[in-house]
Amino acid sequence: MLEIKNISKSFGGLMALRDISLDVAERQIYGLIGPNGAGKTTLFNLITGYYPATEGAIRFFGQEITGLRAHKIARLGIARTFQNIRLFGTMTVKENIQVAQNIHARSGVSSLFQMYSARERRLRQEADELMNRLGLWEKRDEQSPSLSYGEQRRLEIARALALKPKLLLLDEPAAGMNEAESADLLERIRELRETGITVLLIEHDMKVVMGICDRIAVLSFGELITQGTPEEIQANDAVIDAYLGREDD
Amino acid sequence: MSVYMQGIVALMGVNILMALSVYAMITTDQVSLGNAGFMAIGAYASAYLTVKVGMPILPALLSGAFLSFIIGIGVGIPALRLEGLYLVMATFGFGEVVRTFFLNFEPTGGAYGFRGPMGTTLLLIYGWVFSMVLLFWLLSHSRMGRSLDAVRDDPEVASSIGLNVTLLKLGTFGLGAFIAGAAGGLYAHYMFYIESNNFNILVSSMAILYVILGGMYTFWGAILGAVIFSILPELLRFMADWRLSFYGAILVVMIILRPYGIITRPMVKWVENWIGGLFTRTGP
Repeated sequence: MLEIKNISKSFGGLMALRDISLDVAERQIYGLIGPNGAGKTTLFNLITGYYPATEGAIRFFGQEITGLRAHKIARLGIARTFQNIRLFGTMTVKENIQVAQNIHARSGVSSLFQMYSARERRLRQEADELMNRLGLWEKRDEQSPSLSYGEQRRLEIARALALKPKLLLLDEPAAGMNEAESADLLERIRELRETGITVLLIEHDMKVVMGICDRIAVLSFGELITQGTPEEIQANDAVIDAYLGREDD
Repeated sequence: MSVYMQGIVALMGVNILMALSVYAMITTDQVSLGNAGFMAIGAYASAYLTVKVGMPILPALLSGAFLSFIIGIGVGIPALRLEGLYLVMATFGFGEVVRTFFLNFEPTGGAYGFRGPMGTTLLLIYGWVFSMVLLFWLLSHSRMGRSLDAVRDDPEVASSIGLNVTLLKLGTFGLGAFIAGAAGGLYAHYMFYIESNNFNILVSSMAILYVILGGMYTFWGAILGAVIFSILPELLRFMADWRLSFYGAILVVMIILRPYGIITRPMVKWVENWIGGLFTRTGP
């Protein structure tokens, strides 16, 4: 579904990504790992249109999306979360989710004169379901900054899901979570696949990555070292040198 | 109502519209120090239409506001690239360009000013105020209002949930210019005479002040700020030359006491729920 072809990105003289090619198949959970500064988040920013690629092409269901503006890409069905949580701080939990439904609702000037419609009722129901599914129902009317860290992470995922994406990009969703929270998150990400969503996941927690990913790509200093199944990655010498480390060093 | 009172109430209406014009732009985090420029465009254009062309006042006001909207979009497009202080400086520059343009533009009187527009009534002013209040009330309860909040909170994230940030920013900038243009037209036809200095930087800064003092997260704040600053000068007449110092002092104290302005979102929600509660019976 997502094809990344020979993507390079340089910031001035700095080569952040060099000739990266990846293929993500539908309903996969695809892991992206590598040391800090390897270019993982940069790759996310290229896919979601935050900045243009220097070279190469990205296709989504065969459609070229390189050069499209960020909101257009989101409307095609690519949603994301952020490494440092970015919620809408003046809004409640419910409002954070509702605003992300706007692309599926009448949300232009005509929404000023809109009373209740069948579509609105359905969207409300969907928002309620999302809050239930991510364990946010009790907090629905609280301002988003007052949530706990784990809840904020879950709300960010709920907001991304409100777009009804086909592809979900998660940038270190388990960062800062304790053991129980990240195990719970793992389960929820697995459930996503059941609903037909493909996930591209940046994660440092190897337990999470090896536990749920179907395929993994390893980046280091802007280059793709290797990709493969979790077993292949764990056995790969280059990966162990660059990232995982040897036990008998 | 005495003529004196009428004057205060009329200018209060114009000030409310100016405050709402600043508020419209602030809904997407655009602070403009040039709204007196849009006011001048609406004032001169509508005055020219009624005095020289003989157009009735309402279509003239709408035309002036519409011209201001068009120019607002023209200014708004390059302004999209600017944020915070840079946008403040650019819009300040725009306001001064407009002012000096009308100072030198002979067809509308140049430095002599423009004489003759008339016909503004209190009803007309408050008709506009009411329409704008209704517009902002509907907006604040609509999905589009949420989209604007998202853009104000974090434009990058807003685009990641599919919102066209450019369009929303441009639209609210144009709306602000439109409202300022209407305010200018009403002002011109109330004063019978306008000159370029009626639209100087002080007018733009006062309009921002209304919003900061009243509360920038709800249009009720903008309105309250304008009302306070329209009545205060009259109450403080006994202070004569010390008035402006007192103004400054009030502002400093208010910003310390209520940094988000007098009226906040939670307050508005609370009042709306309370009013809603009067109409629905709850409990046994």
